[in-house]
Amino acid sequence: MKQIWLIFLKDIQQEFKTRYAINAIMLFAIVTLSAVSFSIGAYTATTRVLAALFWIILFFSSMSGLSHIFIREEETQTADTLKLVARPSSIYLGKFFFNLILLILLEVILIPLFIAIMNFKVVSFQIFLLTMFIGNFGLAGGGTMVAAIISKASTKGALFTVLSFPILLPVLISGISATRKAAESVKLMDAQNELQALLAYGVIIIVASILLFDFVWNE
Amino acid sequence: MSKLWKIILYIGLSLIIIGAFVWAPLEPKILKEYTRIFYFHVPVAWICVLFFLIAAYYSFQFLRTKDLLYDAYAKISNELGILFAILATVTGSIWAKVTWGSFWNWDPRETSIFILLLIYGAYFSLRSAVEQEDRRARLAAVYSLLAFVTVPFFVFVVPRIYFSLHPDPVINTQGKIHLELRQRVVFFSSLIFHTVLYLWLFQMRKTQVKLQMILRLYKENKMLEE
Amino acid sequence: MLNAKMELIAEKIVKRFVHFLVLKNISFKVSSGSAIAITGPNGSGKTTLVKILCNLMAPTRGQVVYQNNSQKINREDIFQYIGLVGPYLQLYQELSAQENIDFFARMRNLKNYSARVKQLMELFNLSGREHDAVKTYSSGMQQRLKYVCALIHEPEVLFVDEPRSNLDQAGIEAVYSILQEQKKDKILVISTNDQEDLTLADQIIRVGVA
Repeated sequence: MKQIWLIFLKDIQQEFKTRYAINAIMLFAIVTLSAVSFSIGAYTATTRVLAALFWIILFFSSMSGLSHIFIREEETQTADTLKLVARPSSIYLGKFFFNLILLILLEVILIPLFIAIMNFKVVSFQIFLLTMFIGNFGLAGGGTMVAAIISKASTKGALFTVLSFPILLPVLISGISATRKAAESVKLMDAQNELQALLAYGVIIIVASILLFDFVWNE
Repeated sequence: MSKLWKIILYIGLSLIIIGAFVWAPLEPKILKEYTRIFYFHVPVAWICVLFFLIAAYYSFQFLRTKDLLYDAYAKISNELGILFAILATVTGSIWAKVTWGSFWNWDPRETSIFILLLIYGAYFSLRSAVEQEDRRARLAAVYSLLAFVTVPFFVFVVPRIYFSLHPDPVINTQGKIHLELRQRVVFFSSLIFHTVLYLWLFQMRKTQVKLQMILRLYKENKMLEE
Repeated sequence: MLNAKMELIAEKIVKRFVHFLVLKNISFKVSSGSAIAITGPNGSGKTTLVKILCNLMAPTRGQVVYQNNSQKINREDIFQYIGLVGPYLQLYQELSAQENIDFFARMRNLKNYSARVKQLMELFNLSGREHDAVKTYSSGMQQRLKYVCALIHEPEVLFVDEPRSNLDQAGIEAVYSILQEQKKDKILVISTNDQEDLTLADQIIRVGVA
């Protein structure tokens, strides 16, 4: 437990000094959002399209930043140093919490901007925020694991998206559907299926990752 | 596999082809002539899922034992899996074109096979990006298992969210299979014979990689003795 | 842990990289109070062997066993007992020396380590630079700091890969005093090409020689 916290703190400290991941992820989100808004123009898209656009922006922005945490350890050759002092599960969880915070920060910026620029009318903030909150666990959990895998490969950048997409697709599908419902209905029960799916996905992917991480990390 | 089995397989598959085109009756309302593709499309799709499961099994075995032979098995089942995924996609699209009017509709089954293709593609791009073989084996096995745990979501979640066009509402109402006797005979024997045929193929590939591995171990031992 | 009798045993280590064998059946045994040197030409697998011994890499065949008073130590706990200094082991460049030291010490669950750190920092002549980022350090200073980080927990087994690299005369002397100290009642493993370093060792393992 203590190791998880220390690794998390260390990564925050490092990130605070370089601001690499946060800059990449935020700029990517803002650039894509403006590109989307610019191309759509004055046309008002349906909630269905808007929900999909929102998740696509979220997915690709997170793809630009979530892998950084492991790639940095490999590229600066600190992975072995860390391996000598930490248990694998603590490393996974420490990095997972870091990515979770990164995603939350991204959403804090992205959600208001998206609502304002794209004229996305959320009827039920309860559903919307719950979707984001539960969805983050799945995104960060799967993303962190795939990041660990690709940090050991020779081509990293493109591979991350290619490998993450099929793994994270359930989050995307349920997330889009739940977001659409947040814009159409006020009853929490309407999005029950999606929220349950997101929750189940988060739990399963995190448990599977903790079990499998040892094999990725230890040579 | 003994010679007798090969003969049975040979005759059986010929009979199935004849049966599918001549003997089995057509579904009169919706599918009509297109019923026939059903006897080949479904087995192929089933085989590709089967190989996905076999690959996950061998990946698990590899992580448990760290024996590179299991990694080779997982790799060849994925190779066969990707082949059948492509076959299933192609036969499925042809069928979709003639019954629903377009090659691709993002119906849940199409989505699942597409995801399976993506997973296979990702699996092989991961393999080609890692040079060191024990590391490659580990990463590929972990990825296989990670993909495997997401499968239930595609089976249970996607169909609940998206509307299906697949003919099981026609053929398969309330979980009961509404096939006529002759259709049923051809379908199930096709399923069984295809499975046997491809498992036999898989067995041959397995023997091949096993021989390679034995040869390599032999060379390694010789080098160690020097 | 004062009377700890540690043993490091390598049993028939074989490592293969794709098609060629780097290590062929390396076996040895070393116990507390002695030193072992690994030597061999460049590319002969010295570093590979050190990595395997530290559990950073798995051997293709064979195994590495750590024993404490004849009790086998679990793989997950080995890291508590070992320290490693090597050119492929980097510190966090963005963080300051003190932050690096704190991170490693706390990861190892150490308390009250400041006196020890102070003594090591003085020995390696790094006092006064604790709060500068590691990336502002010269390579020799980074090498010294690596020794500090690897020694805070007074490891029972110390691995040193290329002990002299990047160090000046004063640095080498400091390292030697540490190494002499280590081999008195603990285990020291050095990987080196330098003939002088071999005099430290009680056993010499030559790799990559036919």
